[in-house]
Amino acid sequence: MTTPNEPLLSVQDLQKYFPVTKGLLKRQVGAVKAVDGISFDVFKGETLGVVGESGCGKSTMGRLVTRLLEPTGGKVLFEGQDITHMSQGRLRPLRRDMQMIFQDPFSSLNPRHTVGAIVGAPFRIQGIKTEHGTKKAVQEILELVGLNPEHYNRYPHEFSGGQRQRIGIARTLALKPKMIIADEPVSALDVSIQAQVVNLLEDLQNELDLTYVVIAHDLSVVRHISDRVAVMYLGKLVELADRKDLYESPMHPYTNALMSAVPIPDPARRNDRERIRLQGDVPSPLSPPPACRFHTRCWKAQAICKVEEPPLVELASRHQVACHFPEKVPQEAAEAVSA
Amino acid sequence: MSFLELKDLKIHFPTDDGLVKSVDGLTFSLERGSTLGIVGESGSGKSVTSLGILGLHKGGHARISGEIWLDGEELVSASQEHVRGLRGKKMAMIFQDPLSAMHPYYTVGDQIVEAYRIHHSVSKKVARKHAIDMLGRVGIPEPGRRVDAYPHEFSGGMRQRAMIAMALSCDPELLIADEPTTALDVTVQAQILDLMRDLQREFNSALIIITHDLGVVAELSDDILVMYGGKCIEYGAAEDIFYRPEHPYTWGLLGSMPRLDRERTERLMPIKGSPPSLINIPPGCAFHPRCPYSDRTQGKADTEVPALLETEGGHLVRCHLPREERRSLWENEIKPMLETT
Ligand SMILES: Nc1ncnc2c1ncn2[C@@H]1O[C@H](COP(=O)(O)OP(=O)(O)OP(=O)(O)O)[C@@H](O)[C@H]1O
Ligand SMILES: Nc1ncnc2c1ncn2[C@@H]1O[C@H](COP(=O)(O)OP(=O)(O)O)[C@@H](O)[C@H]1O
Ligand code: SF4
Ligand code: SF4
Ligand SMILES: [Mg+2]
Ligand SMILES: [Mg+2]
Repeated sequence: MTTPNEPLLSVQDLQKYFPVTKGLLKRQVGAVKAVDGISFDVFKGETLGVVGESGCGKSTMGRLVTRLLEPTGGKVLFEGQDITHMSQGRLRPLRRDMQMIFQDPFSSLNPRHTVGAIVGAPFRIQGIKTEHGTKKAVQEILELVGLNPEHYNRYPHEFSGGQRQRIGIARTLALKPKMIIADEPVSALDVSIQAQVVNLLEDLQNELDLTYVVIAHDLSVVRHISDRVAVMYLGKLVELADRKDLYESPMHPYTNALMSAVPIPDPARRNDRERIRLQGDVPSPLSPPPACRFHTRCWKAQAICKVEEPPLVELASRHQVACHFPEKVPQEAAEAVSA
Repeated sequence: MSFLELKDLKIHFPTDDGLVKSVDGLTFSLERGSTLGIVGESGSGKSVTSLGILGLHKGGHARISGEIWLDGEELVSASQEHVRGLRGKKMAMIFQDPLSAMHPYYTVGDQIVEAYRIHHSVSKKVARKHAIDMLGRVGIPEPGRRVDAYPHEFSGGMRQRAMIAMALSCDPELLIADEPTTALDVTVQAQILDLMRDLQREFNSALIIITHDLGVVAELSDDILVMYGGKCIEYGAAEDIFYRPEHPYTWGLLGSMPRLDRERTERLMPIKGSPPSLINIPPGCAFHPRCPYSDRTQGKADTEVPALLETEGGHLVRCHLPREERRSLWENEIKPMLETT
């Protein structure tokens, strides 16, 4: 894969702390460190997949880079422009370029608006003139996402889950965005419909030259659509690599554990798989474990893991890992780590 | 006769919009110590089936016909009280959403104690000790302390475990798990599936696992039943369904699913359209509007409901296509496409 030098999106040491308050006076007693210092780039035309267990900060990350949430620290650059604290007014033109798709196709559409009104809303809000009128433009988009343009006047409840997700996608496409952040775009859908929407997202990417960040907990879906994959754990990035490298030679123990937990649809392999079983659940992000946050569940943990946080470093070409004792490290990198 | 046998079970609901045929003639059997996986998309009738076996539609507005034989006893014709008495000890259920099965105002321990004492005349103290044992068995840390916690104080995975502890507390002979891991992370899902497998082996119970995830059924099931529009469309040993499926819908499910255990395919092969509404089930073969082969059945696809017929040794298929044609389609077209890019 060729990578142009300029990233479309660049995230640097991004943080989001949600204050935890108590009592009538709303005294702050702590903070949920939902995103705690993550850095990555997304290049034009690629798909970055983001995986991790529930509550590890994936959605918060998505809402930070689209500025639906105000970052606590760090930087977000879009096309080289610092948008971290840009005012909503100045953000408005950028909102066209960066759109978000949400998980729930049922609650993210206003039930009282017609499909035409929903998909056409971005044009009105942004005050955009279209060549043959908004209706024509909207019908073209409906066609693009595989919906019948004649359904312009229908309401969301008249559509199935997969069709509603298509309406959601149509809405984000209205303004010809450069980048789409999709937060669990298929997880609420039936298997057969998931595949339709995955294929649609891929076709649109090719046709419209889109860049995607796809957040999903399903590791098989993420492998299918991503060029690169980021693994998050308790607000941190623990591994980031090209798809093939991440799935064929995952280095972080957490990534290995996630992969080994995926059920394999092959009855013959039921008993021959070597399985890593993590104990317990993800600890609370209110008081995450010190140093390496994974040490409470990691079978490789040593004394150092509890006192020193492992930095995210490149251990193989384009393969970053944050761990003191990574797996399957290429020889040269292993020497560098132990040196 | 098998430990559990369903014969032509129908569960229909009269509604203002028409008759909903949620379960429309289901037949299967299950032995002690074996696991049946039921797969299907949402609305295919999976949950209605499981509630039906537990007798939870009795006394409602459902129209139930057919037979359910559990350990030699017929349950469709049995009284509501009688079937209620079987729940807990003879058969129990694990639901997708543990909060709906647990009472928010009672501690987890009290709820297990309660369930246990319905079937065992023991003191509260003995029952409490049993509850702590069960919580420990399902992997709740510090069960002696957690037994006094309320459901909302548990994480999703812990609640699911507590519900399993509750369902297993009376050592049921039939356990039905309806999407038991759908709301959980893969890591926790793996723990729960391991747990169910171990407990089943230990107690030699019959297990029905209901899910839309083909990976989950493959991990646990001896037999698999694929449902579509309230009917069984394919039924057989797990190996039949995964290695020699013969129904176009099963092919579609397999093609829709990206797989980690195979080379990555460039393109998924979805099924077109969406699952039918059970009020307006398409005539003939319910799958025909979505089936790529509907034009190959001499006009029968939309006029005649195909029968569920044995193709070989306990492997049943509901499709008008001749057996040879199905097998050749699978071998020469579908299977190669699923395996390569
Ligand atoms: N507005 C908020 N106020 C306080 N805490 C929040 C808020 N939003 C999110 N959090 C917390 O931040 C953490 C990360 O949440 P986030 O929604 O980003 O997780 P996620 O990785 O998207 O999880 P899931 O897979 O369940 O969607 C969680 O502990 C969550 O409870
Ligand atoms: N009490 C009821 N009254 C009317 N229709 C019902 C009732 N319960 C379920 N249904 C319908 O039966 C069909 C099958 O539902 P269900 O078994 O819950 O599907 P699933 O396979 O997703 O578990 C659905 O169309 C549902 O709307
Ligand atoms: S740093 Fe230590 S505890 Fe953390 S993942 Fe690596 S080995 Fe495990
Ligand atoms: S009966 Fe016809 S329409 Fe139905 S699955 Fe078979 S080929 Fe397809
Ligand atoms: Mg989320
Ligand atoms: Mg259900």
